[in-house]
Amino acid sequence: MADIVIDGIRKAFGPVVALESVSLRIADGEFLALLGPSGCGKTTLLRIIAGLETQTEGRVLIGGRDVSDLPPRKRGLAMVFQNYAVFPHLTVRENVAFGLRMAGADAVRVDRQVARAAELLHIEPYLTRYPAQLSGGQRQRVAVARALAVEPAVLLMDEPLSNLDALLRLEMRAELKGVLQSAGTTTVYVTHDQTEAMGLADRIAVLHSGRIEQIDTPAALYRHPRTRFVGGFVGSPPMNFLTVQTASGQTMLDGLTLAAPGRERVVLGVRPEDLEPAESGLAFTVRVAEPMGSHTLLTGEALGQPVRIVAPSDWRPAPGERMFVRPRPDRIVWLDPETGAALEEHLA
Amino acid sequence: MSARPGTGRRTLFLCGLGALCAWTLVPIYLIALGAIGGPGLISRWPKPFWPEGSSLAALRYFLDIAGVWSATLYSVEAAVLCMALSILLGIPAGYALARFAFRGAVAFRLMVLMTRAFPVAILALPLTVGFIRLGLYDSPVGVGVMHTTLALPFAVLVSASLFQAIPHEFEEAAWVFGCSRVTAFLRVVLPLALPGIAATAIFAFVISWNEVFAASVLTVRHRTLTAYLLSVLAESPLHVQFAGGFLLIVPSVLFIFLVRRHLFAMWGIASK
Ligand SMILES: Nc1ncnc2c1ncn2[C@@H]1O[C@H](COP(=O)(O)OP(=O)(O)OP(=O)(O)O)[C@@H](O)[C@H]1O
Ligand SMILES: [Mg+2]
Repeated sequence: MADIVIDGIRKAFGPVVALESVSLRIADGEFLALLGPSGCGKTTLLRIIAGLETQTEGRVLIGGRDVSDLPPRKRGLAMVFQNYAVFPHLTVRENVAFGLRMAGADAVRVDRQVARAAELLHIEPYLTRYPAQLSGGQRQRVAVARALAVEPAVLLMDEPLSNLDALLRLEMRAELKGVLQSAGTTTVYVTHDQTEAMGLADRIAVLHSGRIEQIDTPAALYRHPRTRFVGGFVGSPPMNFLTVQTASGQTMLDGLTLAAPGRERVVLGVRPEDLEPAESGLAFTVRVAEPMGSHTLLTGEALGQPVRIVAPSDWRPAPGERMFVRPRPDRIVWLDPETGAALEEHLA
Repeated sequence: MSARPGTGRRTLFLCGLGALCAWTLVPIYLIALGAIGGPGLISRWPKPFWPEGSSLAALRYFLDIAGVWSATLYSVEAAVLCMALSILLGIPAGYALARFAFRGAVAFRLMVLMTRAFPVAILALPLTVGFIRLGLYDSPVGVGVMHTTLALPFAVLVSASLFQAIPHEFEEAAWVFGCSRVTAFLRVVLPLALPGIAATAIFAFVISWNEVFAASVLTVRHRTLTAYLLSVLAESPLHVQFAGGFLLIVPSVLFIFLVRRHLFAMWGIASK
């Protein structure tokens, strides 16, 4: 059992607060993605779990054991570093074998597990080379192989695929998921690539300036963002936000009347693919139409506010063209214009 | 440089190169000439480029001076001790300076350098008295300890910058993969720092090998080579003095040749 409990972790670097009171629970064998923009504290949180950074406040429990004060080697985990940290004085083989050798594994086991990890990451041809003789992406794969080779109960990965080309990344992503799932490894996976997070994770924790905005399954996160930040950060292109006036529980959008929360002003959030063309409704003026192959991305304006629409690929409106769209009613999110928080009050 | 830099720039470059070479090579050449040219050549001017009657007689004569070999042995003893102590004390201190933000780190760094601000001449008398009390007077061990105080500041500061140049992540990765602080140092940091440490060690060796004042003050019968030569050669013919000087230069030049790459790397200039 290697569940992770992060209990009220706060981290300040002098006056800079990197994390403020982060709490979350990662179940045994779960794959959790930490998603967030650059500088939001992802690496810091990972390093605190690993024991490389001391938290200012709070506790970390792994498998029910309080490891807050234990050195990294006693926490029973492996890690892939954001900048690889592959040992330059050891061959690729010795790098991958490092953790096993430190654990005192016998030669047969070392060979077997090194070979397995090397095969998975496609680095067998380089086993006898030194890291200086590898490309950045190859070095990154060595770092992942080094962590997988020890077959840890807990695996921490800090943007482990950031330096691979799109095709290889897609392949590695699938293989990683398969291996970690079958081994039942509890994984914390840091990324700022949201498609990666959506594809890999059982749950995603969205971090924003040192705070967890939302933890949910990828689908729930996408459908029901709890804050404006999450809606804007998850999904590409991001969610549209329209600030609208309401009166007696309704809002008028050009030729469209929608039931709305009972407030004077609210923000209507709707994903670009949930805006459907219609005979009448919200008036949308196209500014740019980008054919993306699978769809056409329209950028323009509605109610004087910027809006993006994912339209079928055979749609090719000319710039300046006016059209009507309707949001799919079950896909609308209402948000508070001041705090950006989703409004829970549901409507008829 | 561009494809055709113009002959002016090229000439300037070659002149500079020539001047730099001359700066170091001419004195060495003159000393070598004095050493092998025989007594007649010393006082001649202008000197021939290659002495006609060159011989190794002076060098041999020099090596036959009674006591040269035992003095060499003392020199080696003192230098090895100086090297060992500088490394054993300098590496931990350098590591602490590089890795730990402790109170007074800057002051400590300064103090390390300040030790070199006191001229040995001023310290000579109290040092002699102290060494006599400790039983270190007139022994290679005493000289080695004295030389360690000269070499240690360099060992500390150079190894501090060596360790600073090794990214902390390597150590952290070692910790995560099962190393304690000590094993991480031994398995990851030390191998990476080894070339630089070797250079530092030889540097300490050469400091001790070349040092003459403290060695002269602190010994009477067990003189190191430099101190011994200073007292003996004063009465020798000039060409023998040159021979002695030449043989003393050789180890230093060899050392610099051997570690040149690490020295350059240390100072942030890429080799090659
Ligand atoms: N050692 C440190 N000293 C001071 N501030 C730090 C230190 N390490 C991190 N920070 C600050 O803490 C915040 C979070 O940093 P962190 O490295 O966790 O970001 P991140 O989410 O991993 O970003 P990225 O996606 O760019 O890797 C940043 O504002 C950073 O400037
Ligand atoms: Mg990071």
